[in-house]
Amino acid sequence: MSPDFLFFLEIIVSGLMAGVMYSLVALGFVLIFKASGIFNFAQGVLCLFAALALYDFIAPGGWVDRWFGFTLPVWLGIIMTAGVMVIVAWLIERLVLRYLVNQAPIILFMATIGLAYVLEGMGDILFGSDVKPLDIGLPQGASDYMLDTFGLYVEKLEIVAAFVAAALVAVLAVFFQKTRIGRALRAVADDHQAALSVGISLRTIWVIVWSVAGIVAMVAGIMWGSKSGVQFSLSLIALKALPVLILGGFTSVPGAIIGGLIIGVGEKLAEIYVGPLFGGAIENWFAYMLALAFLLVRPQGLFGEKIIERV
Amino acid sequence: MHENKPIGDVMLSVDNISLSFGGVHALENISFNIREHEIRAIIGPNGAGKSSMLNVINGFYHPQEGTITYKGQTRKQMKPHEAARTGIARTFQNIALFKGMSTLDNIMTGRNTMMKKGVFWQALHLGPALNEELEHREFVENIIDFLEIEHIRKTPVGRLPYGLQKRVELGRALAAQPELLLLDEPMAGMNLEEKEDMCRFILDVNDEFGTTIALIEHDMGVVMDISDRVVVLDYGKKIGDGTPDEVRANQDVIDAYLGVSH
Ligand SMILES: Nc1ncnc2c1ncn2[C@@H]1O[C@H](COP(=O)(O)OP(=O)(O)OP(=O)(O)O)[C@@H](O)[C@H]1O
Ligand SMILES: [Mg+2]
Repeated sequence: MSPDFLFFLEIIVSGLMAGVMYSLVALGFVLIFKASGIFNFAQGVLCLFAALALYDFIAPGGWVDRWFGFTLPVWLGIIMTAGVMVIVAWLIERLVLRYLVNQAPIILFMATIGLAYVLEGMGDILFGSDVKPLDIGLPQGASDYMLDTFGLYVEKLEIVAAFVAAALVAVLAVFFQKTRIGRALRAVADDHQAALSVGISLRTIWVIVWSVAGIVAMVAGIMWGSKSGVQFSLSLIALKALPVLILGGFTSVPGAIIGGLIIGVGEKLAEIYVGPLFGGAIENWFAYMLALAFLLVRPQGLFGEKIIERV
Repeated sequence: MHENKPIGDVMLSVDNISLSFGGVHALENISFNIREHEIRAIIGPNGAGKSSMLNVINGFYHPQEGTITYKGQTRKQMKPHEAARTGIARTFQNIALFKGMSTLDNIMTGRNTMMKKGVFWQALHLGPALNEELEHREFVENIIDFLEIEHIRKTPVGRLPYGLQKRVELGRALAAQPELLLLDEPMAGMNLEEKEDMCRFILDVNDEFGTTIALIEHDMGVVMDISDRVVVLDYGKKIGDGTPDEVRANQDVIDAYLGVSH
């Protein structure tokens, strides 16, 4: 293989890997949007919150360490964090969503902005705001295998992230397609009234959806935190999810995945091949340009349903 | 037609129900009851308040005045998911199916209140949850046979023609094994053959399972043919109540239908 082509491949692969992270964040958005029509501005903060919680369960110097003088094993820390996310979901339903049933989407959106600030503040108070290295024992550095066989430089962590994301999506797919609650979730996403008429409780469904979104956020938070430390900027990856959603469609799980990958790859390619024309650093805004261009051509996204107002 | 059918005690009674939306009085001081095993028709011109009445019964609308007594328990209002849990199932005037889901999945949602295994088992899709799923699946297959819709089991219902969608919606309601089935214009927009099929299903459900049915329908032929008692609404008021023959002879009803001014 020519060095040029190899270089190109390397960009693609690293773009795909970065894209996996975007996909994970976007996935959380899609779940909540489908089930309740809420654009959850707090999704990024949920990632941060989960990563902070995990840090405090397992890291030396974290809460558990300071209070009890020992740290939890990683697996237990992850389960506990998942538990925390479920409690957060329950609280969100209990304290916020319950009172906003049947409100206009914009009001719900505003509520999630408020929620984002509350969670952020709580994270700050509970866990502190300094950058925390999150080490759950994931392999670091370049994969020798990829380097030796293909001559490609790929981070091990990114490969792990890709597998974890794939596994997560597979589990969610089974849950959604094959179980009563999965069916109930799809039913609620499709038609609230009909769902109520068969005895599905919207409140329960919302708690479940937000829990699932919280756990997806946790996975994204762990991956991202392992890569670049747990810090406030983690909550900003939510902003990257927006172009992903515009690309993939707000209601499509496959759309979130593929949209994330496209943005990941597109960003990297643009940075290398187009960047120099603009003097570099276009990675930061390229995704939004792409999304904007896409919006003009296909507003419902790659996989979203076409929205036709009934009159 | 159902001389042999044992019509029982009062199962549901609504008393002095009033419901308004802003200035619109959708229902004014309405009282009537529904007896076990009967087919009770609710008729009236457009905008009379028929759908509103069903919505009050299953808890979508909360009336400002009046009470609802269902299976001996009196309440100011029902809650939809409580109604479902206590045996009330329904269909909608404007079909409300889960459009992206298959016929089978749509009808499976009707089993919702009967499936109990917790989130944990379901998340793992293991053991008890899996067995439960299979059990209910069998029940749903029987409904599919009964309604003669085997050929569309796997089809996303959004792609089905109108008549079949209505039938799937009935299937979803039946899956809950309801004691009280509310049907809002189950035959609207159907051709003659489809109507005859639907009539047959309704009568079979009533005869074979003893299900009590409240039925809104505009087709007078059908109403007079299959219902045991009829309540007539007009502009939110009750103007008639009785057997098909009594209602047919009621002067107020005749006037309402001929558009005599009030
Ligand atoms: N959700 C609502 N908000 C405001 N007004 C409503 C609502 N639901 C019903 N109404 C009003 O209540 C009145 C009765 O409506 P309803 O749908 O019950 O009539 P209907 O007898 O079912 O008529 P149709 O035969 O056309 O279905 C109408 O004036 C209608 O506009
Ligand atoms: Mg109506």
